[in-house]
Amino acid sequence: MSKFQAFMGWLDHRLPVTTTFEKHMSKYYAPKNFNFWYFFGVFSMVMLANQILSGVWLTMSYNPSAEGAFASVEYIMRDVELGWLIRYMHSTGASFFFIVVYLHMFRGLMYGSYQKPRELIWIFGMFIYLMLMAEAFMGYVLPWGQMSYWGAQVIISLFGAIPYVGEDLVTWIKGDFLISGITLNRFFALHVIALPLVIVALVVLHILALHEVGSNNPDGIDIKKHKDEQGRPLDGVPFHPYYSVHDLVGLVVFLFVFCFVLFFWPEGNGFFLEHANFEEANGLKTPEHIAPVWYFGAFYTILRAWIWDIGPLSSQLGGVILMGAAIAILFVLPWLDRSPVRSWRYKGWISRINLVVFGIFFVLLTWLGTQPVTELNKWLGWIGTLVYFTWFITLPYISANEKTKPVPERVTG
Amino acid sequence: MSNDGVNHGRRRFLIATTSVGGAVGAVGVAVPFVKSWNPSEKAKAAGAPAKADVSKVSPGEMIVVEWRGKPVYVVRRTDESVAVLETLADRLKDPANADQGQQPAYANNTNRSRKPELVVIEGVCTHLGCAPKFHPEVKPEPFDAEWKGGFFCPCHGSRFDLAGRVFKGSPAAKNLKIPPHSFENENTLIIGVDEENS
Amino acid sequence: MKKLIAVVFALLPALTLAAGAKVHLDDAMVDLDDQASLQRGAKYFANYCMGCHSTKFARYNRVARDLGIDEKDMEENLIFAETKIGNLMKIAMRPEDSKKWFGATPPDLTLVARVRGSDWVYTYLRSFYADETRPYGVNNAVFKDVGMPHVLEGLQGRQVKGTAPVVVGFDPLTGRELTEEKEGVLFLAEKGELNEKEFDTLARDLTNFLTYMAEPMAKDRKEIGFWVLLFLAILFVPVYYLNREYWRDIH
Repeated sequence: MSKFQAFMGWLDHRLPVTTTFEKHMSKYYAPKNFNFWYFFGVFSMVMLANQILSGVWLTMSYNPSAEGAFASVEYIMRDVELGWLIRYMHSTGASFFFIVVYLHMFRGLMYGSYQKPRELIWIFGMFIYLMLMAEAFMGYVLPWGQMSYWGAQVIISLFGAIPYVGEDLVTWIKGDFLISGITLNRFFALHVIALPLVIVALVVLHILALHEVGSNNPDGIDIKKHKDEQGRPLDGVPFHPYYSVHDLVGLVVFLFVFCFVLFFWPEGNGFFLEHANFEEANGLKTPEHIAPVWYFGAFYTILRAWIWDIGPLSSQLGGVILMGAAIAILFVLPWLDRSPVRSWRYKGWISRINLVVFGIFFVLLTWLGTQPVTELNKWLGWIGTLVYFTWFITLPYISANEKTKPVPERVTG
Repeated sequence: MSNDGVNHGRRRFLIATTSVGGAVGAVGVAVPFVKSWNPSEKAKAAGAPAKADVSKVSPGEMIVVEWRGKPVYVVRRTDESVAVLETLADRLKDPANADQGQQPAYANNTNRSRKPELVVIEGVCTHLGCAPKFHPEVKPEPFDAEWKGGFFCPCHGSRFDLAGRVFKGSPAAKNLKIPPHSFENENTLIIGVDEENS
Repeated sequence: MKKLIAVVFALLPALTLAAGAKVHLDDAMVDLDDQASLQRGAKYFANYCMGCHSTKFARYNRVARDLGIDEKDMEENLIFAETKIGNLMKIAMRPEDSKKWFGATPPDLTLVARVRGSDWVYTYLRSFYADETRPYGVNNAVFKDVGMPHVLEGLQGRQVKGTAPVVVGFDPLTGRELTEEKEGVLFLAEKGELNEKEFDTLARDLTNFLTYMAEPMAKDRKEIGFWVLLFLAILFVPVYYLNREYWRDIH
């Protein structure tokens, strides 16, 4: 027996290292027909690691006080050796994290990955998404630029719309009568340690839930239905080495795109680093145009879409409720889709067109959220909001009643 | 070797190449994280050389200049105190600067300075880092009946002469450190810069 | 549904109108490799701007190093008072005082080129015009009701806003400029020390310098980026073939 084998024997006796590796990697059988859309889960994990690594390092030089925060970011950019690189890793990483997560979610919509028995994976994923949005929002306040301050002002004041407790709740969140260093400091604590821990825990649960049931695939069929004499799915391949290596290819390409943006286009035309945020926060000077970072765009558009006061329901509260509903409805998707087939490859043509339209309108809603309100944008926002909710609301009926195509027994390409 | 249809040679080569590439990449990624720990421009600016005007320092007097967070003692010694330095050899632990690390080359002499009258000493006791007190007067002291002028550290009783050399019987083992320094002109001392001018 | 998509796409061109009326910004033609321009810009900034505007996130020694200025020259010509060359480029004027004197504290300009854009800075510097209603007698076409006096008036001259001939094209036959009388145009009423071309060059040098100041590591960023991308492109080759090698097993 080699020294390594002897060591592993000692270790395995005390900690389930080899069995865990086999269960989740070398003997975890994933469908062999994963396509391009199946990269984004791994990319999400890589982005999480990137944010944590670059984030910890930024925390070493960042000053979480209202007086010193903005200057400390410029200190990192200019005075800390290669600090600018770490900062751009973090800012570019935040946007790429969302790009990757949205594509990952869209994969779920296309292939019905949320359907039974994977509802819990979807729910954990939705909680990760929610926590990620909170994490990104609080992170954006930290540089203490104009957009950090005023973006926080707008979003926190939304809570004021809640009847009876609203105003007190807003003061409680701020910890002050205005957004100040006190607010900054508590957001710093939540952003740096509390939420990352929660997100990592949720990611672990997300993957455990996945591995318990097994991965879905572009055909949406169950590979465990056809096994060989040793109980291995005929259409499955061990994740390691087949997908660990396959993911490596995708990762190199992804890193190329990521690094291209990081090194040659870090501002992303104002979408990844907003221009207004290069000006220090000033509570007495409101920017011409307060826009959330692009990844919140869709929900911001939906929030702004409700402009009517109806009795006790203020337009503010209506907008908040509508926005909340837009996020909440995603949680119950597994129960809205009543189709007997999972993958859109075998659903009826109405479902397929609806999904494409939904995707296009989500992009439109996202973009609209970054733009100022104009007559045209207002109408587009209403249409987009309508399309968004219509997709969910019509899903139960359409999915239950449409004619589907016959689903193959074994996976196709 | 390849009776199972797998080209092991090619596989091994590709695994090796990828691993090497990955390792290079990992080192590359580590570079900014490691380098960011180096002293920042702010630290380097604060640690920059300190200038001092020594024209107003009269014989027997000392001024203290801050450099890199340390007090630096600049003493204008009288001719008598310079003469006394030669006589103290057998009372000192390291009278001839055997420990090369405690002073730059140009201070490797009895005076431990560029000019005999002006000595520049880091006021950090070589025992545990307290700031030794300046006792220039030649008179018996409670800590030394034969005191000929120098520094006395109040923390644990180490004694140093007016060239910063440590006396026997002190807890400190080394002479006080002489920082790199030079004179921009007759009146201006620069601490932290070693240029070859007198 | 298809009709809806068609309508949306038909409306897309109208999105450009949604931007709203904006002042036209001239092209600053930033060239961060033009060290001579950057050096002149630094000189102009120190002489004309630093009395009121700090660049407190930058350090003198780094500016000297990046712009190829000798440290001694930097200390003698561009640093005022007994400031060490490693220090941040702050100014003596206190914000409380300047707010009192000017109505608003002159902002720090280290990042102005990133907040407003280089073209905006370039156009701003050249767009002051006479306006009796303002405290300092001037306004700015790019920054309405700005609190800043026209510091460079001596160099540029005095501009006024009015009706003036503007070049709109060329006569195809004769090649001569065609002009049209346009309203709300800025034109020179009194000459300054510099002619238009010289002043534009000065404004461009200043803008170039401020663009550098906003992101001094831009050059390093692109240089390192090139090598990183090259490395990834090369790494792709064995990784791709490794994957292909393993997937040969799968049918």
